[in-house]
Amino acid sequence: MTFYGKDISGLHADLVAKKVSATELTKAAFDRIQATDDQVQAFLALNKEAALKQAAELDQAGIAADQLLAGIPLAIKDNIVTKGLTTTAASKILENFKPVYDATVVEKLNKAGAITVGKVNLDEFAMGSSTENSAFQTTKNPWDLTRVPGGSSGGSAAAVAAGDVLGALGSDTGGSIRMPASFTGTVGMKPTYGRVSRWGLIAFASSFDQIGWLTQTVKDNAILMSAIAGLDERDMTSANQMVPDFAAGLNDQADIKGMKIAVPREYMEGVDDDVREVIENSLKHLESLGATIDEVSLPHTKYGVPAYYILASSEASSNLQRFDGIRYGFRADDVKNLEDVYVKTRSQGFGDEVKRRIMLGTFSLSAGFYDAYFNKAAKVRRLIAQDFDKVFKDYDLIVGPTGTSTAFKIGAEIADPKQMYFNDVLTVTLNMAGLPGMSIPAGFSKDNKMPVGLQLIGKRFDEATIYKAGYVFEQTTDFHKQTPELG
Amino acid sequence: MAEQLDRQQVEHVADLAKLSFTDAELAKFTPQLEEIVGLFNDLAEVDTTGVEPMTTPTTEVNVMREDVAVQSSDEERKALLDNAPETANGLIKVPAIIDESEDGEE
Repeated sequence: MTFYGKDISGLHADLVAKKVSATELTKAAFDRIQATDDQVQAFLALNKEAALKQAAELDQAGIAADQLLAGIPLAIKDNIVTKGLTTTAASKILENFKPVYDATVVEKLNKAGAITVGKVNLDEFAMGSSTENSAFQTTKNPWDLTRVPGGSSGGSAAAVAAGDVLGALGSDTGGSIRMPASFTGTVGMKPTYGRVSRWGLIAFASSFDQIGWLTQTVKDNAILMSAIAGLDERDMTSANQMVPDFAAGLNDQADIKGMKIAVPREYMEGVDDDVREVIENSLKHLESLGATIDEVSLPHTKYGVPAYYILASSEASSNLQRFDGIRYGFRADDVKNLEDVYVKTRSQGFGDEVKRRIMLGTFSLSAGFYDAYFNKAAKVRRLIAQDFDKVFKDYDLIVGPTGTSTAFKIGAEIADPKQMYFNDVLTVTLNMAGLPGMSIPAGFSKDNKMPVGLQLIGKRFDEATIYKAGYVFEQTTDFHKQTPELG
Repeated sequence: MAEQLDRQQVEHVADLAKLSFTDAELAKFTPQLEEIVGLFNDLAEVDTTGVEPMTTPTTEVNVMREDVAVQSSDEERKALLDNAPETANGLIKVPAIIDESEDGEE
């Protein structure tokens, strides 16, 4: 049994009716992982014993009609802490780290009865666009094992695309959920900043980081959102906003007639021809469904990448000071004094990309450079946010490609950090402004047959409109029904 | 703003960041960082006159709660200490701040 063609609502109905047991679903997940993960290498740790025990307990107690996630196998990105289950952020500096508490999102999933089957790979500390920056392994794209799954939530995307799990938690600081979703033909949501508690997410850039999730279908994605979002007193940036039942309106009554959609011309420039062709077809399709499509301008888009890499790296240089070899994780040997512990531990424990970001951030914040770099970038951030505000005065949704290309070959960009950074050009600006965005399967490249993602961008706290448009698009196309040939 | 990053500056920034690089690493990182800082310099062309810096998208401010001490269990304490590289008598052990083997030169 694989999870292709299945969804949470359908499996939930089967679980309630006892046509299938939580134990069977959990075993199916582990069987599938065993069959595919030697090739895909999505998982860093499996939670087999505890997962099977939890499933058995659920089967014993019975699953009620309102326990929508009970018995549903999920994976968790390895920068989200899980009590007693190794959490590494794919860094040598946290190898063997066992958290003493669960992240709020994990706590909520556990309470809902979801089954955590394991922890999945990422670029070290979520810094990267390919998972090649993981200290432990490079995850492969299930559609073509010679290509990257995107990053940093590449393990989450690959695990869903490989049919290992129904959904996976990820995190998105500059595109780290949407880009892998685009590369693997999955549905990836980055909610509004503040929508979801970050408590227990290993911090990279705290004013950009947001936990989200990847699934095979839009409705599954909405179901996860309603279970996970909400105010948390342990995260003071979490928002006091009502959390609707995002899946409620996703049925055959849903339509997008009259929806006003804006397409930024800057998003259609500079993307590969095969991607543009798919996106242009998607726009025609949205129009045929009754939406109005207008071209608009987000003039500061091209400054998103430099401004983002200054600001996010600056926050990272501060956040990553806690990795000092004292309280947890790796500590270097052969040290003479405390200064030596810090410097040798960090120099041996962090990988190249993390060091580059720490260096860029420290530089941007350092005396003499703060105004020209950090402060300038923070001003550009406001201009980027204002660009979006202006468009959203007249439109319900902004739509465009998620990435400028399809999944690239493993090794193609890793030696050129600057080139790698530009993969984020169409995603970082949302994190700058705190807006929600979701990537959905939009078709396949005619050149290399790889998936292409359509990015749907909403107003702050208006994920509902994104889900509605995504659902209607999905239900009137069959891209999400296509699956990679694996194992 | 057209700042160039040379090797000496990279070493200075590394020192601030508590990182050290070998000569081979410096030879690799310096041009990479220089190229990326060159990209940062593109921001100079944006007119930001009168624009307030934006450091967070949140509108929530100063969330307060009572500061309540919570008792932790021995089990939690052990789990916490198990993560530390070195412990002694239920405490985290750190090396001497001053290197005594070198006459406290540091």
